[in-house]
Amino acid sequence: MRFAGTATYIATEDLMVAVNAAIALERPLLIKGEPGTGKTVLAREVAAALGKPLIEWHIKSTTKAQQGLYEYDAVARLRDSQLGDPRVGDIANYIARGKLWDAFVAAAAPVLLIDEIDKADIEFPNDLLLELDRMEFHVYETREVVRARQRPIVFITSNNEKELPDAFLRRCFFHYIRFPDRETMERIVAVHFPDIRRSLVRDALTLFYEIRDVPGLKKKPTTSELLDWLRLLMAEDLPPDALRAKDTRAFIPPLHGALLKSEQDVQLFERLAFLARREGR
Amino acid sequence: MFPGFFLALRKAEIPVSLREYLTLIEALDAGIAEHGVERFYYLARSALVKDERNLDKFDRVFAETFRGFEEPPQGFEEMEARIPEEWLRKLAERVLTEEEKRLVASLGGFDKLMETLRERLRSQKGRHQGGSKMIGTAGTSPFGAYGYNPEGVRIGQEESRHRRAVKVWDRRDFRNLDDKIELGTRNLKLALRRLRRFAREGAAVEFDLPGTVGSTARRAGLLDVRMVPERHNAVKVLLLLDIGGSMDDHVTLCEALFSAARSEFKHFEHFYFHNCPYEAIWRDNRRRRDDVVATAELLRTYPPDWKLILVGDAAMGHSEIEFPGGSVEHWNEEPGAVWLARLVRQFPRAAWLNPTPEAHWEFTPSIGMISRLMDQRMYPLTLAGIDRATRDLNH
Repeated sequence: MRFAGTATYIATEDLMVAVNAAIALERPLLIKGEPGTGKTVLAREVAAALGKPLIEWHIKSTTKAQQGLYEYDAVARLRDSQLGDPRVGDIANYIARGKLWDAFVAAAAPVLLIDEIDKADIEFPNDLLLELDRMEFHVYETREVVRARQRPIVFITSNNEKELPDAFLRRCFFHYIRFPDRETMERIVAVHFPDIRRSLVRDALTLFYEIRDVPGLKKKPTTSELLDWLRLLMAEDLPPDALRAKDTRAFIPPLHGALLKSEQDVQLFERLAFLARREGR
Repeated sequence: MFPGFFLALRKAEIPVSLREYLTLIEALDAGIAEHGVERFYYLARSALVKDERNLDKFDRVFAETFRGFEEPPQGFEEMEARIPEEWLRKLAERVLTEEEKRLVASLGGFDKLMETLRERLRSQKGRHQGGSKMIGTAGTSPFGAYGYNPEGVRIGQEESRHRRAVKVWDRRDFRNLDDKIELGTRNLKLALRRLRRFAREGAAVEFDLPGTVGSTARRAGLLDVRMVPERHNAVKVLLLLDIGGSMDDHVTLCEALFSAARSEFKHFEHFYFHNCPYEAIWRDNRRRRDDVVATAELLRTYPPDWKLILVGDAAMGHSEIEFPGGSVEHWNEEPGAVWLARLVRQFPRAAWLNPTPEAHWEFTPSIGMISRLMDQRMYPLTLAGIDRATRDLNH
């Protein structure tokens, strides 16, 4: 059971080693990296490549660790008791399973994605330590123990908004996805647009990396934005030299709205282009 | 298998535990890294390093352990390339005292000073120490580090020893405040806790027991469920930290404060400045040259219900507060006093914490000036001082 990238996902060697280590040793893999480097997509692609079901648990600021295990709906039970509902007798009727429970009792070991774990409260990862380590938990209301049939493959993504506790980190493998270099990026573009013009890719990538290098940008364009932009460029069917300018600095790329997402960035860009034009005169 | 490597990592202050080391060995046994040293490197990295800030350290230790790699000494040519051009230009505009001007004139004026420096940088090959002419460390030449010449321009030095060089010339990467220090922050946390303001805001998700009981009783026993929003610590804190220069003496204390504040407040933003806030501040010291935030934008972004806490020793020349162009680092159009007044106006709940002992304040005139600008809301950075500050911030 080895992951080696898929037809639509280019995995670098170091990423593959980390994923395979996590799969072989059945430990969670913690993934960090710049936004738009494919952290979330990785879990989907691994699930697809290994032919396993994917269970996604997206974390919000209000998410509690307990919600991943189960929730006991006391209010519904109280209401039913007033209405004389016969289901009231069995407490299990009011226990709603969480994503971890689903993952533990799935027929085949699934891929479990815990997305953006840093969004939650600071105690959240600590509350899941035992559950992820032993892959079991105790249901207090029914006094049963839910134990994983097979240990799921766990991917955890983080955007570094909060520090994760050391005890949690010790139990994970870790991989930091770097922003793809040009060569990797060409391969990524190639899997997404197999029939794109090579010259267009070359010019677009040159421009793209130049934009990323502009100092002071609020938000650097990412892979997903590059792909959107390319899609637009292809749809517009621009002339071959539309992306080429004599003075690249004095040039605002066509359809830049797909790349620059804040008006300050667009302004900065226009100002730079204006200055360059004035100097060039 | 590689105890030396493990110990070397620990020595480089990468927090590797035995458990992670055993994980690595387990993975090797499972045959994850069968094909060559590169895979082994990836695997070791994934198993042992859990924080991207340590990746660089790990790479160095790995290289050293497995290849006997040595870091080449940094040359001076490299340094020349890193001197910001703007400084060369703006240096002359700096407001100098008469005394300073005389000193500068003793070497033939500013332009001459710059020119000589450039020439020497060019003519000098290799490292130089001592002596009185070449650029290096610990000499009496006006150029270089650790020297005594008051007209000197400081180059390539960790911290200023005598704090009297005209300009800090190299792009020193100010240490980012390490927020990991847990030791001693507990007291600070408790002191800061006074700032907490619990409020129920947002979606009603919590079961309100008294509300439900009351409401159900009013409806003659028919269940009426009431929900309330969860209690959150609603205090919002904006922390501005002075960094570098004379603040180096207080870095441990600031680290402790920063660490405590960061874990104590959910709504917490921090920025850095040098000596006095001017038109730009920054969030990350490593990228302070190219990732600055306009102070005007800060004023626009955060509403007045944020509490502003400035931390700094307020020890500077009076020109740094009062005059345009007074900043030691760049040319500022408007004086620091104007910017400080704007900050205080936007954030009525503000305080300045000063790590210098209160008893010494009267000896530094700039402390009095800043304190007046802050409407006397300057407090010493001690537990008692923070206590007073938090009381004041809560008013």
